[in-house]
Amino acid sequence: MEVVITTFPWEVVLILAPLFGALSCFLWPKSARYLALSTVFVSVLSVVALAIRLITTGSYRHAIGGWRAPLGIELLADGLSLLMLGVTAVVGLAITVYSTGYFPNRQLLRFWPLWLLLLAALNALFLSGDLFNLYVALELTGLAAVALTALSGGRAALISAMRYLFATLLGSMSYLLGVVLIYHSFGSLDIMILAQRVVQSPVVWSAMGLMSAGLALKTALFPLHFWLPPAHASAPAPVSAALSALVVKASFYVLLRLWLEVFPPGQTAMLGELFGALGVAAIFWGGLQALRAGQLKLLIAYSTVMQVGYFFLAFPLAMAAAWCGVLYLLLSHALAKAAMFLAAGNIIYFSGHDRIVDFDRIANQLPMTLAAFALAGVSIMGLPPSGGFVAKWLMVEASLKSGQWWWAFALIIGSLAAAAYVFKVVGHAFTQTTVRGQTNAVPALMEWTALALALTSILLGLVASWPLAWLEIGGMFSCESAR
Amino acid sequence: MAAGVVGNRRHVFLRIRKMSASATLPLLILGSSLLPGLVIFFLPESKVRIRTALNLSGALLKLVFVGVMAWGVFNGTTYETRLPLIPDLEFVLHADALSLLFVTLSSVLWLVTTVYAIGYLEESPHRSRFFGFFSLCVTATVGVAMAGNLLTFLLFYELLTLVTYPLIVHRGTEVARLAGLTYLRYTIAGGALLMIGTVWLYTLCGTLEFTYGGFVREFASASTNRETLVVIFVLLTAGLGVKAALVPLHGWLPQAMVAPAPVSALLHAVAVVKAGAFGIVRVIYDVFGIEFAANLGVTLPLAILAAVTIVYASVRALFQDDLKRRLAFSTVSQISYITLGVATVGPIAAIGGIVHLVHQGLMKITLFFCAGNLAETLGIHKISEMDGVAHRMPWTMVAFTLGALGMVGVPPLAGFVSKWYLGIGAMAAGQEWIVAILVGSSVLNAAYFLPIIYTAWFKESKGTWPAEQPRGRAETRWTLLLPPLVTALLALGVGLLASAPFSPLDWAQLIAGREYGR
Amino acid sequence: MTTELLYALVGVGLFSLGLYALFVRANLLRKILAVNVMSSGVFLVLVALARRTGAVAPDPVPHAMVITGIVVAVSATAFALMLMLRIVQETGRAELPDTWSE
Repeated sequence: MEVVITTFPWEVVLILAPLFGALSCFLWPKSARYLALSTVFVSVLSVVALAIRLITTGSYRHAIGGWRAPLGIELLADGLSLLMLGVTAVVGLAITVYSTGYFPNRQLLRFWPLWLLLLAALNALFLSGDLFNLYVALELTGLAAVALTALSGGRAALISAMRYLFATLLGSMSYLLGVVLIYHSFGSLDIMILAQRVVQSPVVWSAMGLMSAGLALKTALFPLHFWLPPAHASAPAPVSAALSALVVKASFYVLLRLWLEVFPPGQTAMLGELFGALGVAAIFWGGLQALRAGQLKLLIAYSTVMQVGYFFLAFPLAMAAAWCGVLYLLLSHALAKAAMFLAAGNIIYFSGHDRIVDFDRIANQLPMTLAAFALAGVSIMGLPPSGGFVAKWLMVEASLKSGQWWWAFALIIGSLAAAAYVFKVVGHAFTQTTVRGQTNAVPALMEWTALALALTSILLGLVASWPLAWLEIGGMFSCESAR
Repeated sequence: MAAGVVGNRRHVFLRIRKMSASATLPLLILGSSLLPGLVIFFLPESKVRIRTALNLSGALLKLVFVGVMAWGVFNGTTYETRLPLIPDLEFVLHADALSLLFVTLSSVLWLVTTVYAIGYLEESPHRSRFFGFFSLCVTATVGVAMAGNLLTFLLFYELLTLVTYPLIVHRGTEVARLAGLTYLRYTIAGGALLMIGTVWLYTLCGTLEFTYGGFVREFASASTNRETLVVIFVLLTAGLGVKAALVPLHGWLPQAMVAPAPVSALLHAVAVVKAGAFGIVRVIYDVFGIEFAANLGVTLPLAILAAVTIVYASVRALFQDDLKRRLAFSTVSQISYITLGVATVGPIAAIGGIVHLVHQGLMKITLFFCAGNLAETLGIHKISEMDGVAHRMPWTMVAFTLGALGMVGVPPLAGFVSKWYLGIGAMAAGQEWIVAILVGSSVLNAAYFLPIIYTAWFKESKGTWPAEQPRGRAETRWTLLLPPLVTALLALGVGLLASAPFSPLDWAQLIAGREYGR
Repeated sequence: MTTELLYALVGVGLFSLGLYALFVRANLLRKILAVNVMSSGVFLVLVALARRTGAVAPDPVPHAMVITGIVVAVSATAFALMLMLRIVQETGRAELPDTWSE
């Protein structure tokens, strides 16, 4: 049994299973929900098996079909990919289960194949070992995400989806041009090989700029964030959860990989400072807009804009504690933000609207949903005990240790703003409103899924040593000794 | 245990250690309120008996565990729980004399308040939610008490903020929502300051473990200059000072009185404000060390700030007609006695401050219980409505009188003992001005407490009460009557028997001795 | 100036033209065309740079990249066109409303 687990190419399963699942959901729409559920279960099990394999035997590469690079595709599995795959699997499972309740039986059957396609693309992205494979995966992710955004078919959804499409295509194109330049200079697309070959040069500088700009656009860094709030706010709740929790992480993951492995260290300092400045701007702007938002989903979307700003603060800090912190932030934000959107979905299902001031005693009527939102909010605010707190601690520590205390200041201001808008929602959930509307009962499954996800993000704060230790697989950096 | 080989190092990626008995007891103390709390959340409103049983059994169990731990510590056992939290920093629960003092106080008072809350909230809506958060609140308080390093302290301190918020907004009115917002503004900002100070201290010292005599002097690298340490001290004290209601960070406390009486009683007289004061004691004694802190020159400003708080809050209390608000300002004033005691460099003043943790808790909770009784039974919220109420509710007013006289500092009640030690300690430390503050505040205490007693006992009642409940055999439900009498007797007892072994005073002497005797 | 460099510069020029048009043109069809022009520009650069100096045959890897890229671009264009048609159906105009900030 042990031998099977440690030698089977689980990463291939992780990509193929959702692909086949998507196909079968398209071909047999009537049983789409069950097909989707089974596919996601298979994914979760594969991630666990992959984790066991990586922990026991270390990181490794798998050439698909036996064809080696550069013409063949090689998949790379190391600690960083494992953690991203893990969070994708967990959030994916929660969203799938939630959607079986959110989309009643005959409606929106196109959701399932698109959703599984998105999962396949995300998995492929986290397992890619070379730049071009990353491009394909990025494009796939983008297209699937846009299609999901447009799913509900309303005017707002279509328009925001079109804008999102243009943004994502522009981002990918910019990235591809950068890949071209790098390939031309160094003759390889493989990340590991490039890590050794890349040296400073003007061409690399342009490539860095192009790729970073493209990826920053896809990750919605201020001021390139314009497409995100309408898209995330007008999509159906499970889709918004997937978009905020997973899709923006995908492009950031690519940027992180490039930064850590491909971009030459000497040339990245200025870009890092620029990212840091934009990150601070994102924190302020996102926080401000979230406070002003009158609708819950828009508030949560702007919260994502703010948290993306946090991510980019790791670049000017560029030390082990900062990378560990930002990674932990990626994980806990994914869980918490997905939980928040699912909770918002519950509220919309219940009362038909998401106007915050008109929440009529949600605390009494939907206690589990409010608990899910509040717990997720604890992680977003970075209060203990939660994954967000651990991440905030690590990043503040990195900031103070390196003497660049202003990033810590931005982080703290961001947390205060986050507390303000989370408790704005929670506060109104306790009070009564004058206008009473029609309400629908929310299926228990939907409430439990949201709560479970929120609890996971809290749990992440209690078990921090283990995921951070797994980061060492593949030797990217260590979270223990170098601090 | 899952292990693997990466590079040349063999890593253990998943280790679950077996814990010894002495490591599990602190966790058991936490769990005795955490688990019932979590279960209570899911109970339907109608299951009154189960909920009451869970509440009381949790409280009793906690007392038992605390008793076991106290006995163990007395016999020399070390109780410590260590769990990995962040790489290189652990979650530490540790039982030393100071933690035991606070844990015991919290556990005893939790039991009493649970009984009171069950009575007070009879027939109220959303009791499951209330008691769930109530239990979580005690868990957080006990965690604060037993925290063994600054990180664990911070964790439970912030958790306390989060779980007390739903209790403040429990009633669901617009007033409650606004009070909750004010509470959050203060406490979250305070928490942020505390966090920055903690992380900064960690980057300078590499450790956050509470050690007798403080760890800063030993671990702060030679290149750290004094100004940085002073700034860190200010950050930490400001963060803690919000909960400890140091002027000008006290604004949330009077507004939080909109919460139901059991909440005001336990939380704002005992748990939340004590957590802040306790934190200040920890920072001065076990983080910086009293000598080092005095050296840095931070103790005198803190003492002055505490003195200002004492006087200012007492003056504000004079002008309040709402009974709970007057008690709230009295709390603000009295908590600063603790801060004053530890900021005065000298063992006797320290004893006064530390023992006041217990004494003030007992007396203040009595007062809040009585205020709750008046509100619940007779609809009285203002002092002007209290004319002659002692004839209608004699036992409640007896308890109130005991508590109030104790606050004023009448011997041999508990408050007198604390003030006596503070005064003697101040003179021994050469800070005679503190004695003037103590005398002045006692006068002010008398000025705002004695009229209440006079109004209740000696004035003619107006005949009808604002909202009287039908009278049963006793003046009010026994669940509302018994707790204040118990705590009043305890307040009397700790004063009368202050020189007995194992009294809070004896304990405080032990703690101060450890800190100063090195 | 070698042939490859010329082609590559033309490719970059196409990319820039497409980028300009994407921002400036309001009509959705023109935007989609602009995206196509941009991708053609990138592919042209790729093909041009595939011809390595001193090598006998062109490098096959960029050619593989171009083929894959064309497939992706075609799917993306098809999708974009469908989306545009739906928007015309819903709003009557092939344009994105001017709300940048919301």
